[in-house]
Amino acid sequence: MKSLAELAAIRDKMKDKVAIRDSESGTRIVVGMATCGIAAGARPVLAAFVEEVANAGLNDAITVTQTGCIGICQYEPVVEVFEAGKEKVTYVKMTPDKAKRVFAEHIQKGNIVTEYTMGN
Amino acid sequence: MKELSLNILDVTENSVSAGAKNILISLIEDEKGILTLTIKDNGCGMTPEVVKSVIDPFYTTRTTRKVGLGIPLLKLAAEQTGGSINIESEVGTGTTVTATFDTKSIDFTPIGDMTSTLVTLIMGAPDIDFEYIHQKPGVEVTLSTLQLREVLGDVSLGMPEVLEWIREYLTEQYNNFGGTN
Repeated sequence: MKSLAELAAIRDKMKDKVAIRDSESGTRIVVGMATCGIAAGARPVLAAFVEEVANAGLNDAITVTQTGCIGICQYEPVVEVFEAGKEKVTYVKMTPDKAKRVFAEHIQKGNIVTEYTMGN
Repeated sequence: MKELSLNILDVTENSVSAGAKNILISLIEDEKGILTLTIKDNGCGMTPEVVKSVIDPFYTTRTTRKVGLGIPLLKLAAEQTGGSINIESEVGTGTTVTATFDTKSIDFTPIGDMTSTLVTLIMGAPDIDFEYIHQKPGVEVTLSTLQLREVLGDVSLGMPEVLEWIREYLTEQYNNFGGTN
């Protein structure tokens, strides 16, 4: 059974890290979570990115966040990747499997998965 | 929406946008299989005119477009089982959305993955206090972020490690709950 003592241990481990994560220099993965995104399957896409980042031990370097309707509902689930000093990349019609591939190829190796981006 | 938990995620986002500090989500199933969903917030609230219009699919608070489907989709999910939806709201006090469902109806949308809905909500709004209860005869799942916050102190509920703990905490409770329809 999960206990609050376990949560307290997480707190003690996290305390020192707070300052590092506040920096804006890292990569941001933003998932559209309005009605359109949710209905199209954004929740598992968001969860897939969170899981990949955690599994790779990159919680300090990469933040996964949510946003509202981006205005291209027919392309949902939509994911935007912001990297410092680079142009925003917009991925469309995402699935958890596509999220895993974007994480492995784009986020980790720097190769944009163009077949999932807008205009393809 | 394929799962009721997705409607709940969507409609609760309205409470987040309304600037709520506290949000209660409760799912109560009785012996007769009637499920009552309540989403109660202390956000900015709505005037009676706005309450009437949110039921209309062509109403939204968004300024980019003039269509909002969150409440109409929840209304549809409730009414197709023979249930109903009710919205009570007061400007400056908050809003309570209540919906009832007959879980025995063939058109009842399964509740689905409430754990993911709650983790997603807390991740998106880690400063809001969420109170969650899902009850059916003899068994319940609960979560109070206020209680977790007391343990966490300055550490945000939005930290990936904390969210993972919350996911496991809820998953364990749901394992003892005996499935969610």
